[in-house]
Amino acid sequence: MAEVEETLKRIQAHKGVMGTIVVNAEGIPIRTTLDNSTTVHYAGLLHQLAMKARSTVRDIDPQNDLTFLRVRSKKHEILVAPDKDYLLIVIQNPSE
Amino acid sequence: MPVLQKPATMKTKEENNQIKAPAVKGGKVSNKKKDDEDGTEIGGEDEWMQKKTLVKPPDQLDLTEAELKEEFTKILTADNPHAPENSVKYNFKDQAYKPVNNVDQLAVHFTLEGNLLHKDSDEARRQMANQGDAGENTATEPENGGENPDKPETPADGAEDAGDGEDGAGEERPESEDIQVEKQERKISNQFNFSDRASQTLNNPQRDRACQSEPPPRANFSATVNQWEIYDAYVEELQKQKQETSKEKHKTPLFKKEEEKVKKKPVYVDSQIDEIAKVVKVAKIIERMVTQNTFDDIAQDFKYFEDAADEFREQEGTLLPLWKFQYEKAKPLTVTALCWNQKYKDLFAVGLGSYEFTKQGRGMLLFYTLKNSNHPEYIFHTTSGVMCLDIHKELSYLVAVGFYDGCVAVYNLKLNRPQPIYKSTAKSGKHTDPVWQVKWQNDDIDKNHNFFSVSADGRVVSWTLVKNELLYTDIIRLSLEGVVTEGEEDVKIPDMACGTALDFHKQIDYLFLVGTEEGKIHKCSKSYSSRFLETYIAHSLSVDAVKWNHFHPKVFISCSSDWTVKIWDHTITNPMFTFNLNTAVSDVAWSPYSSTVFAAVTTDGKVHVFDLSINKYEAICQQAVVSKKTKLTHIEFNPVYPIIIVGDDRGYVTSLKLSPNLRKQPKEKKGQELPKGPEVEMEKLEKLLSQLRAPDRPVQK
Repeated sequence: MAEVEETLKRIQAHKGVMGTIVVNAEGIPIRTTLDNSTTVHYAGLLHQLAMKARSTVRDIDPQNDLTFLRVRSKKHEILVAPDKDYLLIVIQNPSE
Repeated sequence: MPVLQKPATMKTKEENNQIKAPAVKGGKVSNKKKDDEDGTEIGGEDEWMQKKTLVKPPDQLDLTEAELKEEFTKILTADNPHAPENSVKYNFKDQAYKPVNNVDQLAVHFTLEGNLLHKDSDEARRQMANQGDAGENTATEPENGGENPDKPETPADGAEDAGDGEDGAGEERPESEDIQVEKQERKISNQFNFSDRASQTLNNPQRDRACQSEPPPRANFSATVNQWEIYDAYVEELQKQKQETSKEKHKTPLFKKEEEKVKKKPVYVDSQIDEIAKVVKVAKIIERMVTQNTFDDIAQDFKYFEDAADEFREQEGTLLPLWKFQYEKAKPLTVTALCWNQKYKDLFAVGLGSYEFTKQGRGMLLFYTLKNSNHPEYIFHTTSGVMCLDIHKELSYLVAVGFYDGCVAVYNLKLNRPQPIYKSTAKSGKHTDPVWQVKWQNDDIDKNHNFFSVSADGRVVSWTLVKNELLYTDIIRLSLEGVVTEGEEDVKIPDMACGTALDFHKQIDYLFLVGTEEGKIHKCSKSYSSRFLETYIAHSLSVDAVKWNHFHPKVFISCSSDWTVKIWDHTITNPMFTFNLNTAVSDVAWSPYSSTVFAAVTTDGKVHVFDLSINKYEAICQQAVVSKKTKLTHIEFNPVYPIIIVGDDRGYVTSLKLSPNLRKQPKEKKGQELPKGPEVEMEKLEKLLSQLRAPDRPVQK
């Protein structure tokens, strides 16, 4: 437990990381470092996207699974790691 | 019939008079009448009346004969004896009560009304007229009315019904009245004066009672099923079945207890923290990815950068620094051991401790991956400094570690426990001095894992991992004199040599080399514990590393603090090559991709890379990778990637990429396919060695 806390802390402390969001299976953010409205916005939309991506991967091969999703945008990069029950979202500005 | 009836009424009237007369008149009359009656009775049935004796009242008058014969005339009158004679009526005219003279003398004893009508009577006529209205049938037979009452009844009823219907429909009062009159008149036609009478019993009042239960909760559910969802369901089911079967298999009580213990443990953990703990895996992924983004340039260099300048240099190559692995808590410690994982080629272990006698303290065992240079994957804290370590070749989760305090231990990465799974104790043959080298061996006959260790106390020990303990076997004891006989051993204990390095031959299982603090290298065999196969007087100072070549079975390399690196053929006691690096050499390593390439690190912070096939006299690369004050302590080649890692005395590990010149393959001849493989590599080195042997021989001769 402490290990996870530490890892999350390290991620957040990392250069260019703008925010970390942990989202549960329903798409509800349970932990965030961003403000409320941004968090809800990101959580809702990325949860859908991740589920869709996972569905795509698994539809092609049921034994396969999505492990990581990276959305590179003009301004920053969104890193999404879906777990069985949770979704970890990190927004990073790699050019920083 | 009325004719008959009338006399009957008359008779009763008479009798009435007769009966009542004696009560009103004197006793004589009644008596006489009694006698008469008695007499008639006696005369009729004298037989049983004779027995009867006339009982006379005691006060009966005795009458004389004359008196008896006297006749009394009795006249019957039509007067009503009950009629009052003295009734008076108030006369308003005279203002006085006046007796009523004419009293009604009629007394009716019995009345029976007949049903028959005279044909000519008004009533009969009226009835006939009615029947004629109701139906022609009855009208034609008016006489039958009396005899057959049923017949006219039905049509009459019909009429009645019709009348009722009209009654229901009609709203005008007079009409209904007419009908009622009609009804009454019709009733007379009934032979037995029969009338319908309907009565209604009291109906129980009806009551509705309703009760509503709480409706069961309802919910809408809809879902689409994907192929993978079906797959998941099947997999889950399969796992369940497997679990059930395995549970049945292990239903020993002892096992159950253990299971319970395991189950209980996580309960203590706070649920919310537990929830977050589930993201540990994804958190690791994200951390690696964030790191990758940050060190994107390094990752690109690692994968794609080839120093273009190499093309214009003849032999020299360069080292490109890549990631620097650091862990804050490891800063005061020295890197004392490095080892790549043979299975996961991006993972390596770092042992941390101290070589300084005065600075001994805690140690650390870290595992880094190239994917995350910021933080180690695994961290193990040790009470004593780590001096050496080795990762098992096949079971890459088993790590043998030697400590400064003489302990050896085995860690299991899978268990994720901070304590080692095996640790030697003072009882179980622990070394008395720092353990300088540990090496995993192939499993023994009983398939137990085992490893060797060499320590400064002069023992080479084989450790076997049995179920829950570490068994030790002393293989050899090093002595200053080299070969010792058993008798001498006891005497010469103080002369024990200190082993500092150990390496096993790549192909010959039993053959191994031991470097000592005195600078000697002993070639030993596992089977001969009392003698060395060979002793090389290699260095003037302590041997820091001894390593067999990866390709050539005869060649090994050694380095020492006496500034030299030497390459040996184990069949020859003299070194084949000697390189002076002008400073203490702390480690040397053969490259895994070429038989002629090796690298050494020196205490002045330089890495020296040699390729014998290119330059037999000088290093083709000499590069300072850390500041001069920092001492480099260890070097290792990655088994697949063209990178090396070097550890220093500040707890840092630096990864360096070898430029193309440092891993140059022999030039390809036109039209000839380049042979590859270990044989080629062996040949390459053999060629070099044979060149050396040739001039050597005349010298020896």
